[in-house]
Amino acid sequence: MIDVRNLSKTFWLPQRVDALEDVSLSIAAGEVVVVIGPSGSGKSTLLRCLNRLETADSGHVFIDGVDVLDPKTNINRVRAEVGMVFQSFNLFPHKKVLDNITLAQRVVRRRSREEALQKAEYLLSKVGIREKAGAYPDQLSGGQQQRVAIARALAMDPKVMLFDEPTSALDPEMIGEVLEVMKTLAREGMTMVCVTHEMGFAREVADRVVFMDGGAIVETGTPEHFFVNPDHERTKLFLSQILK
Amino acid sequence: MRPLSSPPILKRPRSYYIGAAAFLAILFGLVAALYVATMQVDYVWRWNRIPQYFVYKHKIELRAEADGEVETVDARGDRHLITLKGDEGPQIIETPAEGVRVSPGDSVYAGDILAVEEHWKPGLLMQGLWLTIKVSIIATLFGVVIGLFAGIARVSKNPAARWSALTYVELIRGSPLLVQIFIWYFVLGTLFNSILAKNGLDQIPPLWYGVAAMATFAGAYVAEIVRAGIQSIHRGQNEAARSLGMSYPQAMIHVILPQAIRRILPPLAGEFISLIKDSSLLGIIAIRELTKATREIVTVSLQAFEMWFICALLYLILTFSLSMCVKYLERRIVV
Repeated sequence: MIDVRNLSKTFWLPQRVDALEDVSLSIAAGEVVVVIGPSGSGKSTLLRCLNRLETADSGHVFIDGVDVLDPKTNINRVRAEVGMVFQSFNLFPHKKVLDNITLAQRVVRRRSREEALQKAEYLLSKVGIREKAGAYPDQLSGGQQQRVAIARALAMDPKVMLFDEPTSALDPEMIGEVLEVMKTLAREGMTMVCVTHEMGFAREVADRVVFMDGGAIVETGTPEHFFVNPDHERTKLFLSQILK
Repeated sequence: MRPLSSPPILKRPRSYYIGAAAFLAILFGLVAALYVATMQVDYVWRWNRIPQYFVYKHKIELRAEADGEVETVDARGDRHLITLKGDEGPQIIETPAEGVRVSPGDSVYAGDILAVEEHWKPGLLMQGLWLTIKVSIIATLFGVVIGLFAGIARVSKNPAARWSALTYVELIRGSPLLVQIFIWYFVLGTLFNSILAKNGLDQIPPLWYGVAAMATFAGAYVAEIVRAGIQSIHRGQNEAARSLGMSYPQAMIHVILPQAIRRILPPLAGEFISLIKDSSLLGIIAIRELTKATREIVTVSLQAFEMWFICALLYLILTFSLSMCVKYLERRIVV
């Protein structure tokens, strides 16, 4: 479903950082992949390259056979099929919760008002905040906002969902409610790529865990392999630091 | 604990009252100094002559066209119809009841006053004020449209759009408005009007060159305000919109601009307040706005002192009421 081939990316400002060095990864439909690694390891950059929010210097990303990084590709059509959830939610503050979820359905999918509303209400009950439909984003808690953001992405009926540290900006007591929604999605067979520091989530839900460091994939494997006896010293060190 | 039902009465320190008194003293002192100075040059203040420049009674005298006799004076509602049997045929005059100066049977000579009609008319100052308001509003509307497009072009990735907008903004902001008005009127105006005349078309009056100069001038400043507004919206907003599959224009229209406009409004209003004041320059291309009207009245009446104070006061009223409106808007929007 997703095929990443020899992806490289270098940031030059403020100084040279090789964010991705010859990264290759392939993800099957229905697979849940959790990407972990220390900060600056390139995991967010990898995720953002998947829907061309970041352009790579070389390499290819194929989603359902479409070359995402090819300038001739209609990127808007690709992005409509790839949902993304951000660390800082990025809800539209000038629109009510319901309108946040219907906007792209109406504008991009060209759905009728009724259809978009119906979809939005269904998704809001799915993420458990139907009663907040008429509220503005800044009237919601962080956890609620992130759940709205997930509903907004799901409203497009994406084939893949990308999560970029979805719980990192949340207060600890709100992390659970967001992870719960993500677990439900995973159980329903959604293809997911999650960059996260939630090891419990990785262990419980991931089909595969990818450990990145210094812009490269160090090790990849099942959660059992990963958390029980990883191959690489670097992985062991990271896990010992993060799990204490 | 002390109950908090009523706020504590704050006693202001003595220095506050001394300061307030000093302020009043300075204000009074300046006015007194001005008055004394005008006494030295024997200036006679005639404020009573000012109102006629706001509104005045316009008198129309209706006269007999030829010798003859008044036949009838008929009441038609609050108007009267005077029928004159003249030597050169009948003459019928319609006039308000209170203006009739003749009665049936009177004989009149050619040129005699039959009736006087009086109308209230706006004076030169009112006409000038109205023109200032009109020019400001039209220039503001065009300025916003120009500025919005130029501002969006300023943040565009396309070099043609970005550099054009940048050149426009730098050219306009780098030269005096007075010079731009001259260019619009004497250079572009001459070109346009000559070409129009060659093709047998009507000339464009100076007013529109003035409006064009003001609108392009304001547009450049509005463009910078719009650019700043767009760039102040967090990058994540654009990323979220684009990640949902929206195109750049769709993200602009539905996500970025609605948020930017709320932030733009206060500085935009400041720009329009200066536009009102800058319109005073239009007098130099024969547009009789408030300043030009004042200058004409001064030339005729020689009451320079009163007139220029009145002129400044009228601008103050315009700008102050606009800034009050904006304060109200700000309070409603920025919550």
